[in-house]
Amino acid sequence: MNTTTLDTAPTTEKRPAPQLMLCEGNEAAALGVALARPDMVAVYPITPQTSLVEKLAKLIADGRMDADIVDAEGEHSVLSVLQGGALAGARTYTATCGPGLAFMFEPYFRTSGMRLPLVMTIVTRDGITPQSVWGGHQDAMTVREAGWIQMYCETVQEVLDTTVMAFHLAEHHDVMLPVNVCLDGNYLSYGTSRIEMPDQAEVDDFMGRKDVNWHVALDPLRPMAVDPLTGGSGGNGPETFVRYRRGQCAGMKNALRVITDMHEDWARRFGEGHRFAPLVEEYQLDDAEYAIMTLGSMTGAAKDAVDEARAAGEKVGLIKIKTFSPFPVEALQHALRGVRALGVVDRSVNFRWNCGPMFQETLGVLYRLGRQVPAQSFIGGLAGADLTVTTFHRVIDETRALLERAPSDEPVWLNAKD
Amino acid sequence: MYEVRIHGRGGQGAVLAAQLLATALVFDGKYAVSIPAFGFERRGAPVVSFIRSSEREIRQLTNIYAPDCIVCVDPALARTVNIFAGLKPGGTLVQATSRPLAEIDVPDSVGTVGLCDAVRIATEIFGRPITNTLMLGAFARSTGQVSLDALKKVIEQSDFRDAGLRQNLDALERGYAETTVHTLERRITA
Repeated sequence: MNTTTLDTAPTTEKRPAPQLMLCEGNEAAALGVALARPDMVAVYPITPQTSLVEKLAKLIADGRMDADIVDAEGEHSVLSVLQGGALAGARTYTATCGPGLAFMFEPYFRTSGMRLPLVMTIVTRDGITPQSVWGGHQDAMTVREAGWIQMYCETVQEVLDTTVMAFHLAEHHDVMLPVNVCLDGNYLSYGTSRIEMPDQAEVDDFMGRKDVNWHVALDPLRPMAVDPLTGGSGGNGPETFVRYRRGQCAGMKNALRVITDMHEDWARRFGEGHRFAPLVEEYQLDDAEYAIMTLGSMTGAAKDAVDEARAAGEKVGLIKIKTFSPFPVEALQHALRGVRALGVVDRSVNFRWNCGPMFQETLGVLYRLGRQVPAQSFIGGLAGADLTVTTFHRVIDETRALLERAPSDEPVWLNAKD
Repeated sequence: MYEVRIHGRGGQGAVLAAQLLATALVFDGKYAVSIPAFGFERRGAPVVSFIRSSEREIRQLTNIYAPDCIVCVDPALARTVNIFAGLKPGGTLVQATSRPLAEIDVPDSVGTVGLCDAVRIATEIFGRPITNTLMLGAFARSTGQVSLDALKKVIEQSDFRDAGLRQNLDALERGYAETTVHTLERRITA
């Protein structure tokens, strides 16, 4: 079972007092990268990612991080340069969002096909047009069929910790896939809060030995065909192509287990303040009649609303998705075991189904339950709009109503005038 | 939970002030979160930043709509922006101004007013009207929510160096010392 609850026995091991500090989400991501000791980063600034790569540049300039930094001329080059680095054995990192991610798409798809264990933060930003430079999950959601692992963070601490873990995950031999750590532009990227810095020596021990290009390399001493021409309808072309795709899917499936194990290992090493649900978090769900579902930094306000509704006698719970890709089907199925109505809040749009992307993915899991669960799609927080405790009280009220009446075919647009 | 909204103009350091204050609150042993509002920021345009502090972990990462305290680091901003929007009844205003209380338009929701002639003092210290660290001193004096020692420590550990560091410490202390705090007769009860 992939589901993990947040209450496990505390460890008894004595640790030194943690180093407390305050930083924004972008800075936390940069500090996480430094802890993971990459050999090479390539960057191109774009709002709201800019302060992240500025921090990386400063860490390297100050000698606090020993990595080559490449100031590329655009995101397509950023990722292409890093592919070369990874093929030569380097641990590599970058960050982008929105239009930068779009410009990067061609090498983005190739990264997962070549099973290169890159880590890239997406400081999520809404899609343009209309013009906007603010947060939303549309960029990360739009590339979800490109074979990258995607994990969404709720807090600044989770950004820091997940960023380090992402390298371990990407390089795990059973996975060997690139990883996106998604952190919400604006509320999380610029939100400043208190964090505990993990100890560098302990992180080094967690990371183990770097082993990036054992399977595919640009190395004169190990000549091999890298990214050969495959496919077509004759010879062994089709079979070779299928072997690539099946391998990617197998890596994705294995990732569910590796993500779960590494989160447990991380919490055991660094303490309860570093324990995060790996796939799906179940909050106040044990006796819940109905539940709301969240993703990313909106979850804090949603939890506060759930607590207030509980205090008023409502049997409501919350399900937070952390790992979106691979989609945690079994863990979500477990979370939904007692739920009789569901409201799913997305920060982006699925244009095909006229709903949110997470809602659409969840429909497949509801089908597996073998019973009817009325579910409603809510879309909010687009282009930087605020999702407050008040917003989530509305979501809770409208989800409770599904116990009595059928859901609407239309999404509920949370930040609309009507 | 104690919630503060800082109003300023682009270039006056309202966002940095929010981060410094959040850090000082953590040095005082509290949990704190700061978030800047997102808009079309440019030099001189009205900007807003938010700070929450609590004895417990703070989960909501959102803007603040019903603050306990408003800090306005610009003397003329209240003419352009409704800085009092959503202020809790009996809440606090910390205002940069050269005027006495009688000449300030304060709505009935305000219970306490802290006034600091921050532009004059900043001009003396920096030669420029940078009022953010001054107004952190004024905030500490007006509300007692954060210690002056913690604010000093934050400024000492920040990126300010040499003359800039001395000036900002001076600004903080003068902001604290030269703020007058007025308790208004409660006109609206919560």
